[in-house]
Amino acid sequence: MKIVIINYGAGNIQSIKFAIQRLGFEAKLSDNAEEIQQADKVIFPGVGEASSAMKKLKATGLDQLIPQLTQPVLGICLGMQLMCKHSEEGDTKGLGVFDVEVKRFSNQVKVPQIGWNQISNLQTELFQGIKEQEFMYLVHSFYAEKCEEMIAETIYDVAYASALKKNNFFGVQFHPEKSSQAGEKVLENFLKLEIRNTKYEIRNTKYEIRNTK
Amino acid sequence: MLTKRIIPCLDIKNGRTVKGVNFLDLRYAGDPVELAQFYAENSADELVFLDISATEEKRKTLADLVLRVAEKVNIPFTVGGGISSVEDVDVLLQFGADKVSINSSAVKRPELINELSAKFGSQCVVVAIDAKQVDGEWKVHLVGGKVATDLNLFDWAKEVEKRGAGEILFTSMNNDGTKNGFANEALAKLSTDLNIPIIASGGAGTMQHFADTFKEGKADAALAASVFHFKEIAIPELKEFLNEKEILVRR
Repeated sequence: MKIVIINYGAGNIQSIKFAIQRLGFEAKLSDNAEEIQQADKVIFPGVGEASSAMKKLKATGLDQLIPQLTQPVLGICLGMQLMCKHSEEGDTKGLGVFDVEVKRFSNQVKVPQIGWNQISNLQTELFQGIKEQEFMYLVHSFYAEKCEEMIAETIYDVAYASALKKNNFFGVQFHPEKSSQAGEKVLENFLKLEIRNTKYEIRNTKYEIRNTK
Repeated sequence: MLTKRIIPCLDIKNGRTVKGVNFLDLRYAGDPVELAQFYAENSADELVFLDISATEEKRKTLADLVLRVAEKVNIPFTVGGGISSVEDVDVLLQFGADKVSINSSAVKRPELINELSAKFGSQCVVVAIDAKQVDGEWKVHLVGGKVATDLNLFDWAKEVEKRGAGEILFTSMNNDGTKNGFANEALAKLSTDLNIPIIASGGAGTMQHFADTFKEGKADAALAASVFHFKEIAIPELKEFLNEKEILVRR
């Protein structure tokens, strides 16, 4: 299985690479369009500020490439936020994969949210074997609003979408690579996705969303 | 809901853990990676590695350690000790550290906080503050509490937040090593004054001390070293205890 982590100079890529390695796979870092397109599975990481990250994507044309990918894609943290329609952070236009707005937490709570919070209303194979109210590690100041594409929910200041899915695109706000065994299970589920769903199936059928509750 | 965090701190010298004798368990003595794995498997929420070595090869040894920890450990970790430049931080983050902690270098050159948060994001910048209460006033100290400054703890903490720190790790020199509990009054003031998470450090002796620092001290996380390393408190038991006190922790 060819796993590519999109390398655009934003984020803690090493940790994701190591987490995949602990699961018995190897991931390659790449910013090469052909290599990314040919991968069985693509991870789109990101830590930092939205508008500068988006500039980096545009500079390499990755902003055009990513929404057109047909294999399973997993956006993590800022990666997920960049896949949304728009972010309040730096008034940034996103890739528009997910039809949702990214907003800043209010000052009623400490910002950034740093630490372990719970995920609930878990849906799709991504959360197979993960129990409701499982703890995941999150570090962020901005959040995706609740929406149709939500497959996990978390509460901090407001109830928000801590995971999203549309067709072959998945996004998680938490860091699976830093969320102990539960996080590794989510990553493993993602890697397994393509085994059960060929590219063709993912491209052409909206497979049924199964509620694991 | 967001949980309160329990953070063991590992002192590192020349790539090895300090305090080898009686250290948790003989099989963990010395190797920071094995010890880190032990804690990760035993409910620790995060880890802090504090490098206290003063050799010329320090940078390389610390970077090597970060890489080895990142390879094996599946929870977040922070590294600190003598970090003073954007270049230092760049290497450590690239090698897999989640956050860095700066202390004296931030007091000497506060702009470093701005530079780091602009380049890497606030979320990975922890500013450690050591302070001592002298004649009723909390004064910031440097070099592990040995050198006094004129800085007031609360003024400095506010400045640190304004400059872009993502978290503050506050160690009370009055409490550190006493095992009489954390400096909850000062912690509560920090937590109320600021809008970033506060990590309590210095004074942990009993499980009740942790409950107190989360409730009275309003701390977001609590850090300790010897009570964990010497097995006086086991983290899974501590979490059971906190849960019974209705303090939400990851279990």
